[in-house]
Amino acid sequence: MTRPTIELRPAHEPPGPRPKTLAEALVRPQFIALATVLLVNWLLFPGFFSITWQDGRLFGSLIDVLNRAAPVAILAIGMTAVIATKGVDLSVGAVMAIAGAVAAAMVVAGWPAGLAVAAALAVGLVCGLWNGVLVTLLDIQPIIATLVLMVAGRGLAQLVTEGSIVTFADPVLIFIGTGSVLGLPTPVAIALLLMTGAALLVRRTALGLLIEAVGVNRSAARFAGIRSSALLLVVYAFAGLCAAISGLIVAGDIRGADANNAGLWLELDAILAVVIGGTSLLGGRFSIPMSVVGALIIQAMNTGILISGFSPEFNLVVKSGVIITILILQSPLAASILQNRRMKRGRT
Amino acid sequence: MNRSLRPLFATATIFALAYVLAVIQFPTMFSTRVFGNFLTDNAFLGVAAVGMTFVILSGGIDLSVGAVIGFTTVLIAVLVMWAGLHPLVAFAIALAVAALFGAAMGAAIHYLRVPSFIVTLAGMFLARGAASVLSPDSIGIKHGFYTAVSKSYILMPGGGRLTVIGLIMLTVFAFGILLAHRTRFGSCVYALGGSETSAALMGVPVARTTVLIYTLSSTLAGLAGVVFSLYTSAGYSLSALGVELDAIAAVVIGGTLLTGGYGLVAGTFIGVMLQGLVQTYIVFDGTLSSWWTKIVIGGLLFMFILLQRLVFTAAPRRRKLAWKT
Repeated sequence: MTRPTIELRPAHEPPGPRPKTLAEALVRPQFIALATVLLVNWLLFPGFFSITWQDGRLFGSLIDVLNRAAPVAILAIGMTAVIATKGVDLSVGAVMAIAGAVAAAMVVAGWPAGLAVAAALAVGLVCGLWNGVLVTLLDIQPIIATLVLMVAGRGLAQLVTEGSIVTFADPVLIFIGTGSVLGLPTPVAIALLLMTGAALLVRRTALGLLIEAVGVNRSAARFAGIRSSALLLVVYAFAGLCAAISGLIVAGDIRGADANNAGLWLELDAILAVVIGGTSLLGGRFSIPMSVVGALIIQAMNTGILISGFSPEFNLVVKSGVIITILILQSPLAASILQNRRMKRGRT
Repeated sequence: MNRSLRPLFATATIFALAYVLAVIQFPTMFSTRVFGNFLTDNAFLGVAAVGMTFVILSGGIDLSVGAVIGFTTVLIAVLVMWAGLHPLVAFAIALAVAALFGAAMGAAIHYLRVPSFIVTLAGMFLARGAASVLSPDSIGIKHGFYTAVSKSYILMPGGGRLTVIGLIMLTVFAFGILLAHRTRFGSCVYALGGSETSAALMGVPVARTTVLIYTLSSTLAGLAGVVFSLYTSAGYSLSALGVELDAIAAVVIGGTLLTGGYGLVAGTFIGVMLQGLVQTYIVFDGTLSSWWTKIVIGGLLFMFILLQRLVFTAAPRRRKLAWKT
């Protein structure tokens, strides 16, 4: 699919060196942005930072932000890996709907909840593998390959729920959506666990390096002896699994599987979270924790807009403003302008 | 046969076969009435798909199409119902806004060197957001012009109605075909899709062409919004949700190569009609639920992507051999 072409455009600016100390890591623009948004929220709503302990779990606006950010954060964890390989997965929202539908339909049909959860996760894995097969074996561009499942996926989910919203009262599924672990809401605990696990896996083994290598140049990675096809399959399957977990949370939260609206447009939020986190859409260096921070920024903005009394519709306008700002800052044009300035300053 | 025509030929064959099978099952489907409804019901999709064809031919993608349609319907409704403008004036303003919007996206794609996918994603958020800020509720349009348009049609033999919006779609397709194959701009789009670098080296004005492509796509999406507004007589910020995906599917099913450079506007027409056929068949059948539409379209999309791979992987290998000798 890729034809040999001469690259006339300047190569993508590599991101800065990895921060060495904690203090260095904390002055990243993402953390400053998050702090700013939280501060604005606090100004709008003085009780924003107050957290109370009640009935064996934490309550408060901050916990609410974490809880609501969890599904997108989990999607973003999988999406980070996919985007790092220079791909994108548009189907995660549809996979969420399918996973929720499968779990709900099985529980309602009388299957044990554990089996239903396992089946939902397995379905997510299969969906991810399907995307992976299209991308690797058939060599289709990721946007288009995952578009197939994005279009057909909601149809499949509706096939499972037979067009209605399947409601359930199963304690296990409800626990996944609204329960609490060690005082934290279950979705937050799952997201934290997944983030830590995935971050350790990619940073304490060579896996992260291999993913980055494939993302920078797939042919070069293959010539260097990396099994890029197998790696891509694993990455897409992981994204599918993350989507299934997220789908279970969303279904558990509303105690029902809504094939039409579960995870609608969340793929875009997940991509936005990854981009805010600083992972380039052109593949290469990535950071899973930063993507989670991106998801937190998005949710903190959403909450801020809600408590400020604006209508939720402003969300979209604000979001697009954020994307445009980030794009302008990340663009080679901005980089070259900055460089010119530095050079001029150097001369005088 | 020309290699690039094969997917189009396959689409046409599949459409003909599917139509014949449908007619065998439901003989009433073979009538100008059904054909007229095909055109009317898919008019907005067809108009948007023509713009999408140009974007995909150039190797890009435009995710903002559905949102622009939604925004246009709301803007027209607001201008007609609240500002009291004549619909034709409202249409002109809406088209101008859409064109400016597209030009801005094209400029961002070219000058900021950001993938079209992410720029148009931002555009989609912006257009949907702006639409719901204008009015989060659906606004019904009551105007003499709208009733006049919905009542005027050309009666085809057999009782089929060729409505105004159906005619608009046919005109847009004719315009698109001429633009793609008979103008300098069309050649530039194909060149850009083949390889941006070679196109630039050959003297194609890359900046101007890119901006124009996205201007065209958004303007046609705006026109699709006008058509949608005439079709539903309402403006709603959430209307035409996901139409960008239907348009992309129509373009791909119509045989346009997703990497750009190959494809025909006429193919997109068949792609749109094939989607219309699936929907009409499901309505005729009655026992199948509407979600089958999505599954079948997803399946068709997959089949055609696969077909493109099979048709287009064989040739470059041969070319490589030719270089060696």
